[in-house]
Amino acid sequence: MNANDSTETNGMAEMKPPVQSKGPKHILKNFRWVLLVAAVDLLLWLLWPQQAAPVLHNTWDYFVEVIIILIPVAVLMGLFEVWVPKEAIGKHLGRESGWKGIALSFLFGTAPTGPLYIAFPIAGMLLKKGASPFNVVVFLNTWAAVKIPQLILEARFLGPTFMLVRLALTLPSAIVIGWLIQKIIQRTGGLNMPRETPGQPA
Amino acid sequence: MDTSLTWVIYAVVIGALGVLALRDRTKAKHAVIVAAKSFVATLPVMLAFIGFIGLLLGLVSPETISRYLGQGAGWWATITAFLLGAILYIGSLVSIPLAASLLRAGASMTTIAAFLTSLMMVNTMTLPLEIKYLGKKMALSRNLLSLVFAFGIAIVIGMGLR
Repeated sequence: MNANDSTETNGMAEMKPPVQSKGPKHILKNFRWVLLVAAVDLLLWLLWPQQAAPVLHNTWDYFVEVIIILIPVAVLMGLFEVWVPKEAIGKHLGRESGWKGIALSFLFGTAPTGPLYIAFPIAGMLLKKGASPFNVVVFLNTWAAVKIPQLILEARFLGPTFMLVRLALTLPSAIVIGWLIQKIIQRTGGLNMPRETPGQPA
Repeated sequence: MDTSLTWVIYAVVIGALGVLALRDRTKAKHAVIVAAKSFVATLPVMLAFIGFIGLLLGLVSPETISRYLGQGAGWWATITAFLLGAILYIGSLVSIPLAASLLRAGASMTTIAAFLTSLMMVNTMTLPLEIKYLGKKMALSRNLLSLVFAFGIAIVIGMGLR
């Protein structure tokens, strides 16, 4: 699996999946890696049934384990999409500063679900509206690394201890990174925002 | 398999959806549609990874995995995993189960943590987009600082949990 394929089909928490051309050819293209693995499995099963047995066994176990948790996590994402519309983020985050601003940035970073690239236009809009780089960075970093469905998966697959330790380290780091970037921007004479920033989230 | 946690999650999610359905039917419907869409959108990558992990764990012995990704593999394994995480773009729905299966197969906690923290915090693939919206200064400094912190966090997790 190379990186290009995963960006294209990475549906993780896709709030609004990109409009895709349907049709058998497209579906075939999306599932080409699945088909490749299935073909290898089949070949293995035909040629070396003894080697194939643990492979199929492992694949099935792993499949069941992942699908069982993926269903409620997907529903949770749907709930967040309905409860925390993205317009609300821009409305509240642009104005607040200080600890309240950090708390809000954190809350808005954890609740919505979706790949990070959805957050960039929101962050750009926030900067333009006058939100501090500090808050915007806290927002982006929590969006990237601390989301509630993601924490559930971590607790489930890597253990609650792993999840809590990573959370306890990631939150302060988001604040420190935000503070450092604020300083860097102040010392080097402002943001130098790109001249034509597309204003609205795509 | 920790099934009790799974059932708690199911209970909470179904409960929340039920409450929403009682209060606002259209919103609940919308939530279910978004859920179904994100589930379907994840499937191609998810299934490919499941198949890949099944092959890997079925064919490669735990000893071999442990030799390349475990304690004995040393810093190179950790640094390689960290750099891979920084370059690749894999959603956490896929990467967390993947990391867990490698961990169970004998990879070291530090290496797995390094992969996950850099995957989440350093976003090289989306950097051009980030620059487009936030400017070079902010995008680059955010990713560079995140790189440093991600490595630190991974080391602490690796030392703390085994």
